Amino acid sequence: MSSYRLRPFSHWLLALFLTFTAVGQVAAQDAATVSKEGVTPGATAAAAPAAAAGSAAGAGDAAAIAAGDALFKGNCAQCHAVNDVVVGPALAGIDKRRPLPWIIKWVKNSSKVVASGDEYAVKLFNQYQKQQMPSFALSDAEITSIVAYVKSQEGAAKTPTAQGQPTADSGQTAAAGDDAAGSGKYVNVVLIVLIVVLIVLVVTLVIIANIMKDVLRGRKDLDGRDVEILEQKTDWMGVLKSGWFKGVVGTLFVLVVLYESIQGIMAVGLSQGYQPAQPIAFSHKLHAGEHQINCAYCHTSVYKSKSANIPSANICMNCHSQIKTTSPEIKKIYRAIQRQQPIQWVRIHNLPDLAYFNHSQHTQVGGIECQTCHGPIQNMDVVYQYSALTMGWCINCHRETPLNTKGNGYYDNLVKLHNEANAGAPFTVSSNGGTECSKCHY
Amino acid sequence: MQESPKYWKGIEELENSPEFLHNALSEFGIPMKESRPSTDDTVAPRRDFLKLMGFGLAAATLASCEAPVRKAIPYLNKPEEVDPGIANFYASTYFTGQDYNSVLVKTREGRPIKLEGNPESPVTRGGLSARAQASVLSLYDGARLQSFAINGKPADKEKVDQELRGRLASAGRIAIVSHTIISPSTKRAIADFAGRFGNVEHVMYDANSVSALLRANGGVVPGYDFSKASVIVSLGADFLGTWISPVEYAAQYVVNRKVSSDKRSMSRHIQFETNMSLTGSNADIRAAVKPSQIGTIAQQLHAAIVGGSMPAKPADPKKDIMANALYMAASELKAAGNGGLVVSGSNDANVQALVAAINAALGTAAINPAAPSYVRQGDDQRMANLVNGIGSYGAVIFYHANPVYDHPMGDKVAAALANKGLLSISFNHTADETGSLCQYQCPDHHWMESWNDYEPKRGFLSLAQPVITPLFKTRQAQESLLTWAGNPTSYYNYLRNNWRGILGGNFQAGWDKAVHDGVATGTLLPAPAAQLAPAGQATAPAAKSGGVELAIYEKVALGSGAEANNPWLQELPDPVSKATWGNYVTVPRAMAKEKGWEQGDVVKVTANGKSLELPVLIQPGQAQGTIGIALGYGRTKAGMVADKVGANAYPLVSLADNALNYTATATVEATGSREPLAQTQTHHTIMDRKPVVQVATLEQYIKNPKEVTEYDKIATPDGLEKPSKVSLWQDYEYKNHHWAMAIDLNSCIGCGSCVVGCQVENNVPVVGKQEVINRREMHWLRIDRYYSSDTHKDSFEDKGKLSTYALMEDPSDNPQVIFQPMLCQHCNHAPCETVCPVLATTHSTEGLNQMTYNRCVGTRYCANNCPYKVRRFNWFSYYSNEKFETVNGHMFTDLGRMVLNPDVMVRARGVIEKCSFCVQRIQLGKLEAKKQKRRPVDGEVVTACAQSCPTQAIVFGDLKDPNSRVAQIWRREDGERGFKVLDAVNTQPNITYLTKIRNSATSEFFAPEVEKAEKKAEAHNA
Repeated sequence: MSSYRLRPFSHWLLALFLTFTAVGQVAAQDAATVSKEGVTPGATAAAAPAAAAGSAAGAGDAAAIAAGDALFKGNCAQCHAVNDVVVGPALAGIDKRRPLPWIIKWVKNSSKVVASGDEYAVKLFNQYQKQQMPSFALSDAEITSIVAYVKSQEGAAKTPTAQGQPTADSGQTAAAGDDAAGSGKYVNVVLIVLIVVLIVLVVTLVIIANIMKDVLRGRKDLDGRDVEILEQKTDWMGVLKSGWFKGVVGTLFVLVVLYESIQGIMAVGLSQGYQPAQPIAFSHKLHAGEHQINCAYCHTSVYKSKSANIPSANICMNCHSQIKTTSPEIKKIYRAIQRQQPIQWVRIHNLPDLAYFNHSQHTQVGGIECQTCHGPIQNMDVVYQYSALTMGWCINCHRETPLNTKGNGYYDNLVKLHNEANAGAPFTVSSNGGTECSKCHY
Repeated sequence: MQESPKYWKGIEELENSPEFLHNALSEFGIPMKESRPSTDDTVAPRRDFLKLMGFGLAAATLASCEAPVRKAIPYLNKPEEVDPGIANFYASTYFTGQDYNSVLVKTREGRPIKLEGNPESPVTRGGLSARAQASVLSLYDGARLQSFAINGKPADKEKVDQELRGRLASAGRIAIVSHTIISPSTKRAIADFAGRFGNVEHVMYDANSVSALLRANGGVVPGYDFSKASVIVSLGADFLGTWISPVEYAAQYVVNRKVSSDKRSMSRHIQFETNMSLTGSNADIRAAVKPSQIGTIAQQLHAAIVGGSMPAKPADPKKDIMANALYMAASELKAAGNGGLVVSGSNDANVQALVAAINAALGTAAINPAAPSYVRQGDDQRMANLVNGIGSYGAVIFYHANPVYDHPMGDKVAAALANKGLLSISFNHTADETGSLCQYQCPDHHWMESWNDYEPKRGFLSLAQPVITPLFKTRQAQESLLTWAGNPTSYYNYLRNNWRGILGGNFQAGWDKAVHDGVATGTLLPAPAAQLAPAGQATAPAAKSGGVELAIYEKVALGSGAEANNPWLQELPDPVSKATWGNYVTVPRAMAKEKGWEQGDVVKVTANGKSLELPVLIQPGQAQGTIGIALGYGRTKAGMVADKVGANAYPLVSLADNALNYTATATVEATGSREPLAQTQTHHTIMDRKPVVQVATLEQYIKNPKEVTEYDKIATPDGLEKPSKVSLWQDYEYKNHHWAMAIDLNSCIGCGSCVVGCQVENNVPVVGKQEVINRREMHWLRIDRYYSSDTHKDSFEDKGKLSTYALMEDPSDNPQVIFQPMLCQHCNHAPCETVCPVLATTHSTEGLNQMTYNRCVGTRYCANNCPYKVRRFNWFSYYSNEKFETVNGHMFTDLGRMVLNPDVMVRARGVIEKCSFCVQRIQLGKLEAKKQKRRPVDGEVVTACAQSCPTQAIVFGDLKDPNSRVAQIWRREDGERGFKVLDAVNTQPNITYLTKIRNSATSEFFAPEVEKAEKKAEAHNA
């Protein structure tokens, strides 16, 4: 069931072919650049202080809308859209329908509002199949900024960039995707044209040579030596048997075998590309890609803990108590809950015990996107291990990545010291001790 | 250059015995073959090994193409407050009949992994005893009973309940036997039970009884507050180590022991005792006296304070130590008035009556009459009556009590339990000596699985809350009692109802706060009944003639032995003798010499008609003509760790004047056999080596704080300079953090709490007795103990250098003692770092000396090059080698492994390990600060040792933060008390020690005259 993308050892037998295939694989890996758009983890956390600032400046300004954007996607977008009914009602015009204090009360604890006998609330509750909206621990300022965002997005559906999608953001993704595809096509066309030109050239040359030979054969004034040259045939067997040919081929073969063996040995224990079948055919492409659900909605502790947390069944139930309840895959979740047996996922990313890794350090503090290490997760139907997860891979990144020091009081003095000592050089993770042993090994 | 004198590591080196020569060159003792004895055919030769390795590599290459499938199993329904990878802390209470500690339980993914002191507690003030630190392992003890049982056969709760309801109703007299219970709700549940069945007696006894103290003080322990005492006189009370509530007392005691140049005053502590105790080691004046003399001393003190007849001042205070100490005690107590305090560990009611009278006459402010302590309520007389009259009872319930083991009349209890007519029920966690003899085993939940309340002192309440779902099919004992009494409420509701009266106002809010804080104020416990008052001002007990006097004592780690099945406690070295794994007979050197005993000779001790055999340990400071034996060992049914370790001394205790008498006249005879003692330190003195540890007197300190510490200077072309002036290495520049520690030797009482705290935090394995003997214990943090010697360098001229050095090895008969916690010094110029061939030990930009286990190849060069000897080598796979299954069993089972800290790896065989300054805590603290976009606050990042210290002797922090406590201490004490160990080696440690100041006339560690002479000589040489 585990399908490693390891080069099998049978390649040794086909080593000559492999000189070409290996080159091809490298090229393919290089081509797989990751689109950084799509799901935007980090947005929720980054938005919180911005939201607080936004309230002071008053609703409606750009900062509040930006903060509201992030909060909306992080908290509301699973059930609400601005202009469409999803699980809950469309939110467009909410500020006209209800007063702000009511909205704040509702978001904070909707069941309390319903229980208080509020007429509008009860009507709303009944209208949406008595599906309760969960309580959100958001501040008043944050809720205000969400409302400001909703206001700014009203009627956005009519704008051409985001056709059929509730947010402008996904429109960007599509556009970016088109761009990438466009440039790829262009390269292909050039390549094909080049090949055709080459073939035409070769064919033309062969035809010219044949015509010339025929012309020469037609002439009667050639002496014996010229005829000999004319009738000469390339001695292919001779070439094959010649020492230099054998030498070149032999050396090539040995080199390729050596290269492959070293690659094979170095890959022992590596599981890049590991893509096991999972007990439930959960698709990240559907959830994170198409539906734009924030990563942290399910991986609840990715911003606060060393473990990102594989979601428990009750998180699935937040939506799937209503959505696609007849799907056989989702029935597996119901069964797990009924039998009180947790779902046993197959672990894809396995770090050795001797290495300590902390998600929150990278996501919350470093501001790194999930895709940087996990690859184009929003395009994966079945998740595979995108990165090598070797120490070399970690260290390289720590050497190259500048620290995310902006607005973080922890780093203020360090940045100053660094700039004084080596102005211009980037303040990378490793220049702050990020490649020291006991950062990861203890 | 001055000729450097030759120091011997021991008398063996001086004698150059063949045994010594054999061992001299090996750092870790003789390397031994792993696991099996070496019969030639079973040992794999090196060539086979290489062949196998070659094959193994090929096989591994092929096999590893298919990696094992690992599962990731999330919660089915994740509790809201639990996040994988984030620790939760819950306030709770540790009290198992010995010392009381308010604790915070650290849980990860719902499993308790460590206990820390609760800083909210006004009683223990954030400190934690070694025993409490270790008790987290008792939750995962494999010896725990996993279900109810009838005669040892597992049975359903319902069946047991059904049978017991009937049998209890027809039992007649019922006795509930327990150790001290300080839980008001438990007492009420017992009362309810008694109300249902009538004729129920609840008998409390203490294995380490202070019945006499209770009798002299109306049934309670006086509310001592050592922080209010300026003169403390202790008559055999080991109040810092084992007596009643050591963590509380230590925290109070140290308030007046800390000094600084702004506060140049200290309390005075005079100790009279038989065995060398932890408290005695910390005393300013200590007199070693026979147990029989304690009464006389109490009487003389009484005569002096109450009567006004001062004892005579001895002509030669050096010779007549006891008379001198008595004179000092009497005169200073008198002068101190209400700042004086006398405590006594004697269980003789007459002595305690005298002591109470002295304190009353002094009008001492160090006893708070409003807040007496309840942690001892045992009544020796009632317990004795119960045992003697057990035939008249129809049923007996043992509530965590184990009298068959820990009561001197245990054999009588055992005999009674054999009688099938007596209904016997045990709530004990394990099938221990008593529980296994009972007909019904109804194991109680572990305290970490239960709700409970406690009132350790009047007006101070605390709560215990469950921090894990019960692991086994057990039931809380209180609930069992309520069930049998026909009360169906859960104990949680019962407890809450009981608290309704005291929280007042908004009960839910008050309750939530109490559960959150773990402590509350208010009183629930009815005042314990006064015990039979002593007969009166009795005369001093007649001095016993002939024979050797035996004083039975408790060890800091094991206490009464109830928690003996804990390998961390078994391997925690005794603070004074440094012995692990087992008890022994402590004898003074003169007695050993006279009888021709050597350390490790097994002797037979007979007292009160009972006898036991134990090895001899020569203990400096042991009173002449006395021996000491520790309680808590010799368990037979505690579990695989504690069984057959040492011998049980309880049978030697006798009942005299209605109180247990822990002293006796004994006969001692050699048996001819030997048993090695597993000591972690076998050198006893520092041989006048000031670079190791420094001591001064308060007098010197008051005169000039800048002269109490002697700093090493080395000769350079420019004259004498600080060692750091001459260096081969470049200095590190720390921009971000510079982690450092300050250890105040004045505050360190040597209790060992930090040692266990470190062991729990860092997954340090237990190695067992034989490996300790092989000098391979794994503790990252040890506490070095040094005795003073009678001989100093000033005897060179009279006695010659060689014999002087030999004599300097010998501790005095009544030595002064100093404790020095020793851990990796995180040197800035670390000798270990430069010798590692694979760069497995390196320096960090935050001042840490990092140890990378996955890089280490085990050359042990670093350990060889470490001047502090703090690096430990993993000789074995302590987690999988069957040799260690008994002692390190918790690393072998899924149950036990739950206690491991998931942030710290378990080290494999063949690598070096050492103190990391709890780098996992540093990283966590930094990360939390980064997440909140600020710098870490002082006190946020604390090592496990600093956290657990009841006296705050260890301070950890960031030197880069000028306001941190550690930076302030470094600045303040530089040039005064601050010194680095072995400064002349120029390792530039990140740990500063503060010179110990003793409130005594002289410091016996160094010869004062020689110092001056040496200084002159040095100046001359320079």
